[in-house]
Order: sequence, then C-alpha cells, then structure tokens
Amino acid sequence: MSWLRFLRRRRSDAELQHEFEVFLTEETADNIARGMSPDEARRQARVKLGNAQKVRESVWAQNSPLPLSHAGRELKYAFRTLSRTLGFSIIAVVVIALCIGAATSLFTIVRSVLLRPLPFRDPDRLVIVHEHFRGAWASSPGEFSYNPVAPADFYEWRAKTHGFEDMAIMRYSSYNLTGERSELPEAVRAAAGSWNLFPLLGVQPALGRTFSESEDRPGTAVVILSWSVFQRRFAGDAKIVGRQIHLDGKPFTVVGVLPPWFTYPDAKIQLWVPYKADATPEMLQHHDWHQSQVVARLRPDVSLASALAQVGAVQYQLHLQYPHDPVAEDVAPRSLNEDLAGNVKKPLNLMLSAVGCMLLIGCLNVSNLLVARSAARQKEVAIRSALGAQRGTLIREQLAESVLICAAGGLGGILLSVVATRSLAHAWKDLPTAQGIHLDGAVIAFACALMLAAALVAGLLPALSTTGKTMMKALQTSARTGASSVSRTALRKSLLTAEIGITVVLLVAAGLLLKSFLRLRSADVGCITENMLTLSYSLPDKKYDTPEKMNAFNEGLLERVRNIPGVRGAALGNTLPAAGYWGDYVFTVKEHPPLKPGEDFPNGLMRWADPGYFSALGIPLVSGRFFTSDERDARSYKVIASHQLVRQYFPGDNPIGKHLTVPAHAHKGAPGMVDFEIVGVVGDTLYQVGKETKPAIYFPLLEGFGGGMLAVHTAGDPLRFSVAVQKQIASLDPELPVSDVRTMEQVIGESLVNASLSASLVLAFAILSLLLASVGLYGVLSYLTTQRTTELGIRMALGAQRDQLLQLMLFDGLRPALFGLGLGLVASVAATRIFQSMLFGTKPLDPVVLVGVIATLLAVAVLACLAPAWRASRLDPMQALRTE
Amino acid sequence: MRKGQPPSEMLKGTLDMMILRTLVGGDAHGHTIAKVIEHTSEDLLEVEQGSLYPALHRLEDRRWVSSYWGASENNRKAKFYRLTAEGRKQLVRETSRWRQMRRAIGLVMGEEGGAQ
Repeated sequence: MSWLRFLRRRRSDAELQHEFEVFLTEETADNIARGMSPDEARRQARVKLGNAQKVRESVWAQNSPLPLSHAGRELKYAFRTLSRTLGFSIIAVVVIALCIGAATSLFTIVRSVLLRPLPFRDPDRLVIVHEHFRGAWASSPGEFSYNPVAPADFYEWRAKTHGFEDMAIMRYSSYNLTGERSELPEAVRAAAGSWNLFPLLGVQPALGRTFSESEDRPGTAVVILSWSVFQRRFAGDAKIVGRQIHLDGKPFTVVGVLPPWFTYPDAKIQLWVPYKADATPEMLQHHDWHQSQVVARLRPDVSLASALAQVGAVQYQLHLQYPHDPVAEDVAPRSLNEDLAGNVKKPLNLMLSAVGCMLLIGCLNVSNLLVARSAARQKEVAIRSALGAQRGTLIREQLAESVLICAAGGLGGILLSVVATRSLAHAWKDLPTAQGIHLDGAVIAFACALMLAAALVAGLLPALSTTGKTMMKALQTSARTGASSVSRTALRKSLLTAEIGITVVLLVAAGLLLKSFLRLRSADVGCITENMLTLSYSLPDKKYDTPEKMNAFNEGLLERVRNIPGVRGAALGNTLPAAGYWGDYVFTVKEHPPLKPGEDFPNGLMRWADPGYFSALGIPLVSGRFFTSDERDARSYKVIASHQLVRQYFPGDNPIGKHLTVPAHAHKGAPGMVDFEIVGVVGDTLYQVGKETKPAIYFPLLEGFGGGMLAVHTAGDPLRFSVAVQKQIASLDPELPVSDVRTMEQVIGESLVNASLSASLVLAFAILSLLLASVGLYGVLSYLTTQRTTELGIRMALGAQRDQLLQLMLFDGLRPALFGLGLGLVASVAATRIFQSMLFGTKPLDPVVLVGVIATLLAVAVLACLAPAWRASRLDPMQALRTE
Repeated sequence: MRKGQPPSEMLKGTLDMMILRTLVGGDAHGHTIAKVIEHTSEDLLEVEQGSLYPALHRLEDRRWVSSYWGASENNRKAKFYRLTAEGRKQLVRETSRWRQMRRAIGLVMGEEGGAQ
C-alpha cells in the first residue's frame, strides 16, 4: 500500500491542489452569500485555507516512506559532496571499477568452468570415473592419479557393478574427411563413444538418431556429426542424414546430427563414431590400454561412495589378476566440470585470489581517502550530534558517499568485465570449451554483492571512526585542530599497513610467476627450435594398408623435402619434442631380475623416428648409433633409448645390446616377440616445456607408421617454406590433408601461453596494487603534514633543523610501510605454498624475488613519503604558526 | 517517528472521528465536511485545512473512506468522500472510546457522574 502511495504521490498532490481550488471556490461562494464583496470573499477564503504549501508538504511526507526519503536525501547530499571534489571521486570510481571489473571477469570464468553444471539431464548425478594407481604414480598422498581408463576394465565394471544407472566410455580419435566431389580433404578431430553415451547424458540429437547397441561393434561404419561440421561442411542440409561421407577413405553412414549446444568434451570434436567401431580387438582386450574417459550416472538410491566402492573392488580384482600389467588398484571420481578444467583450476583459483586481494586493496584505499575527507567534516558532525542527530543517521550519511562511489564503480566494472572476460577467455587457450563463457544473472548478482561489500568496507570504517564517542573532542579542541586527529591517523596507518601487506603478497606471487615464466621460456627443449617448420598428417588405413606403402610415402616425402633448396634437414616422427605427451609404454628390462611385487613398472614415452630424425633435429647421440634405413618393414626389433631412460633404469650399466620387453608393442603376426634391442642412446628432449624430462623409447619409423609430424629445418624464415613442403605432399597424395602447420617456436609458445598469461595478469594486479598503496601512503603523509603544520612550525621556531624534520616525517610515513612489509612477507610464506605446483624451477621463497619485492616496495614507499616530508621540512615557520 | 501534526485547537484524534461521523450523513467533499463540522459545533470548532486534508488522506489510506470525483454544489469537479463499511466500524469503536474518555475526564474534573 505504502509503495503504491509512494509511486502515486505526484498524482495525489495534483488531486490535493484541485481540492484546495474547490475549497476556495466553495468558501468564496459562501462568503459572497454572507454578503461580502467578491474581493473580500476571496481574501477571507484564502485566509481560511491558510498555508496550502504546508498542507501539500505534509501530505507529500505522509506519502513518502521515511527511510526512503531519507536515503534519497542522503544520496543527494553525497552526490553534491562528491561532485565538489571531482578529481577524488573519479579516481575512487576508477579504482573500484577496475577492481570490481577484474573480479567479475574472473568470477565469470570460474563460474562457467568450475561452478555451472554442464547442460545435461540431472548433471548432479553424473561423474567421471578414473583409474587410480595407489603407488608412486599418484603425485602425492591424498591426491588421485586420475588415470585414463582401459576399455577392458570398463567393460568389467559395467558388467559386474550395479551402483550406477549406467556407465559410458569415450576416447579421442581423428579422421581424414575427404569430399565426394573436389572438396579439400580435411583432418578432423573426432571422438568415439559407446552407444549409451548420449542417452546417459540425456542428449537428444538435433536430426536423426544416436547409435544403437548393435552398431557399437568393431567394423561398423556409422557416424554422428557435430552441429558445427554439419553447418560448415554440409551447409546444414538435413538430407545428409542417411547418406554417406568418407572418413579415411572409407564410406560412413551419417545417422544423426548433434544439437548446437553440445560441445562436450570440447568444441573441436567434429564427429562421433561408436566406441568399438575403429578399435582393434587387442585394444578392447588389454587392461593396460589406458586411453578412455568413463562417464557414469549414479542411481538415485545409491551413494557415490558405495557405487565407487563396488567399481573399486572389481578393479582391485583385475589388478590382482594381471600382476605383470600396469593395471590400477583403484578408481577415483571427478565431477565433469573439474575433469574438463583439469590443470586450469589452480591458475584460475590463484588469479581469483589475486583479484580478491586487489579488490580489498582498492576498498582499503577508498576507505583511506574517505577517512581523510571525513576528518574535514569532523566539527560539523560533532555539532550535529550535540544537537541531537542520531549516530545511525550520521553513519548513513557518510556511507552514502561510499555507496555512490561503489555503485558507479560497480557499473563501470560490469561494463569493463564484459570486454575483459571475452578477451581473457580468448587468450586463455587451456580453458574448456564445453560451455560458453558469458555473463549471466548469477554473475551480475555477484558483481552487485561485491559492490555492496566494497561500499561497506570502504565506508563503514571512516563512518564509525568519525561518529564515535570521542567525537566530542572535536568540539573541545576549539579552533586549533592540531592534535585532534591522532586516533584517526592511527586508523589510516593501520589501513595502510594492511594495504601494503596485501600488496607484498601479490608482488611476491607475481615475482615468482614471472621468474617461473622466464625459466620456462629459456628452458632447453633439447633440440634445434629455430627455423624449424612442423606439420602433421595421417595416412588413411585403407589406402596405406601395408608398411611398404606407408614407407614409400614417408621416405618419398622426406627425400623430396630434403631436396627443396634452402632446406637443411627433415625429421619425421610420430611426434616432435615439445609437442605433447602422446602416450607411453610400460616395459621391463629382459636382462634385469624380475620386478618385486608392488614395484612400479618402468615406463617411457613411445616415439617413432626415421633414420635422419635425430641429426635433423640436432638431438645428440650419447652412445651407440642412430637407426639405419635397413631397420624397416617387418620388425627389426631395435630401439633407441633416451639418456633419461638410461639414467633411470640402467644406473651404472651399459644399455647397448640390452633388451627392453614392451608387451604392448606386440606385432599382429607375432604376439610373443616383444623384446627390443637397444642400439643407441640419444640426448633428452622435453615432451612439453615446463614438465619434467621423462624417459623415452624410440622405435624405427620405417617399421611402418601411418603418419606423424614432420619437422623441416630451413635456412631462413620457416613459414616461407610451408607452401613448398605442402606442394610436395600434394604431389605424392592429393587427397591427404595436412594440419597444424606451425614453426617449432609456435609449438613451444603454445605451451607457454598459459604460464605467460597467469604471470602477466598477476603482475598487472600487483603493479596496480603497488600503485594504490603508494597513493595511499602519499595521501596519508600529506594529510599528516597539513595536520601537523602548526606543530612543525613550533618545532622550527624552537630550533629544530630542517633535516631533522625531514627525518621525522619520513620515518612517520615509512613505519606503516615497514610494518606492512613484514606482515606481507610472513603472509607470503603461507600463500606461496598453495601455488607451489604452478612454479617451474622456482622455489616459493626464491631469494631473488624476495629481495626484488622488498627493494621495489621500499623504493616506492620512500618516493611516496619523500614529497610530503620534503614539503614539511621546507615550511616557513612564521607561515606555519599563523596557519589555523 | 511520525511527524507531529500541525497544532490544532481540537483534542488530538477527534478530527478523524468527527469526519467519519459527518460522512454518516452522506458523501461530501472537503469543504462541506469542514463546514458541517463547524456548523454543527455552533462554530465552536474551527477545522484547520492543514489538518483536514492530511486527515482525509490518512483515512482514505486506511480504507475507512473511499473517494470519487463528482460535481460540487457550484457544479465544479470535486473529490467526494464516502464512508466505507470498515469506516463505519471504526466510527463505532472511536465513538465508544470517546464516551469512555469523556466520562473519565468528567469524573476527574468533578462533574456529576461525568458529562452526560
């Protein structure tokens, strides 16, 4: 009711005025009837009506809920006060806008990546189940190793446990998509999913249907298209369903198209095939073929723990059953979001904390500035309170200013974060793409809550400090304001100390991340990285069905590329240094005693290399020899080991001539022949910058390998050669698509993008915080100097030297800085431990970083204090004494 | 926290009651209400406009009276007030409260058995 009244008060005021008019006419008419002259009658009527304005005001006030009208008035006053000091207001608003904008942006990303459930049916009951090795493969106790699942394990789980409604399995794959007519061939990322995956997730296809159970077996040729490839490659033509497309040269029937929103597990997946369709029977039978993801839907009446316990028990049985294979002992669950976020989670949380720190500093800073302003109004506040103003009213009035600042800043911040979020999400390559990153209601609510919190933090401290019981002192101190503000100065100093403390933590974090990034950048990959062009291709099975055919292509390509003028060398392998993990093999050394039970299996990265691979990439030979072109076709059973493998598994032993037993690399025709002779040892390379060196086993590429990555060492800018190299591929096989044409430096750069992003962002936050803190320091000291002008004048008049005064003031300003520095360093020790795992080759208490931070902070603090201190020491004593 | 009403010659709280009583005789606009109260009280009471209009507003807000636009005696558009059923009940309550009060004051002032 009262709200309605409030909203209609303008109308009711108009009605009231009309009522007055009626009253006047009626009264005038009555008066004339009493025999008055018309003029007199009108005058008397007016006298009788009295002060109409007063009545209007009283009804107006009746219609306005009191707190609301007060709030309106307070905001009006605050607005007027703020617009009088425009410079201050703008600075404060910008500070808050930056802080809230940054916090909102990061929250948007955190929410999209970690908090918002994926758009599936009942997402709360979905869980990813990983295998978990209890042994040394788990990074640390309490953490899970989150190993991919072997399909053989999965089929056992699904058959023998009942805690989950259903479980589905999927893995990444890739195909060459060739056109019927003369469309360009294209290498597409694909995924293979068991037939029940889409029903389990609750995904309805946009067109057609999903896989049937009978289609999920080896050799079927059906495919579901993602919406993006459906639009891009097939022009959104619904008639494609039921027709055939060519994958790796084989015809596949399109049975369905997925809806546009389905971009799980990432947006790059272009098509789906049944899980077993392209799997060999060996893949499905081996319990050590850890390649897949398992997503499970919990039954409503079963707890996650008991469902997992069942699966874990089955897995432990399998572990006992296959003591000589790397079969995990246990399983571990992870939410879909966390599973996708993977290694983004830590940096994301780190940045969110950094932004939180910055926000706090921003609030403290505005708070600090407001304390200074409220000091000027101290006497006014004291007088009003003596006249009976309530403390609540006074506090509200002062809060109004900070509310206005934070509201304006918050609005600016939200606008800012719209832009910032988009560019951040674009720059951050590791972010999962399963759902879009955008502002939504929850984020706006978050920003508003931040705004409110910021307003309270920034406004409450100064408001409480000026309206306390001590404020009467302001009246007692009469004209001389000199000593009245000791307690408030103490408050400002403690605010500053907190500000500087947080800044130090941020600076330390930024310094560590920066150093770690520089370390990463200068990390030695172990091969030539300059002037190196890389590209990948994959030979389709159907056309290249024998090792001879593959070798003919690979060797032909290598020869042609090496003959391009300006090419210094070419290397062909399944992958290249710094280009990723690409799988590992578990092995034993034939000549060594058998492993003790419970001992972890040795393992090494699996690599294939052509005879010229090492020399073209500049990987040094440690001992033995490289591959020759005789090691080809039917297995040669020769391998080359990396130096790390030798260090780790042949300590003090000559590895040349020894044999590695690699059960997983069995040849189709000869399952028992799994011993490989080590013929050489080569230098180590990093599989990814920032990761530790892992042992690697190189097999001869010429035993028949259907594709891989080609590296071309060129005399000049490598990208100038990309067309020439691709032309050679096209002349060998015009249908073969080429992908990922990049320089080696770009490949390495990609793994650095995230490190550089987190380092530069945290650094930006830290610098901004440093700037804020120094402005705060300067402000406090300037204020202090003005406050103490009279005192300083007296000191001078009594004979104090100017440099003594300079020292006095300087020390006064530096004290909170030093105190904050100490606190900050202590806090850093705790804080840096949290993100220790994000650092590469840098200790959390890196002396260089710590010294750098201390020096920077001290330098900035001295600079900020010097100006006001200098001004204080240059005071003219006569002037100072006259100053009120 | 309610602001004090403009000073009135009348006893506090009686204006509302008298307005309600006046409206028992039929719908009226502000001027008529004031005139009726003054006439009936033999001009002993003077209704201040500064109290009348806020009071009418208040009564309407509490739904004891409703209002509509009609034509005044001089054929001008005027806001007429009408007693609602709720207002009638309120009038009964206030009247009985007033009688008690009058008796109490009368007793204190030594009048025989209070005023009749």
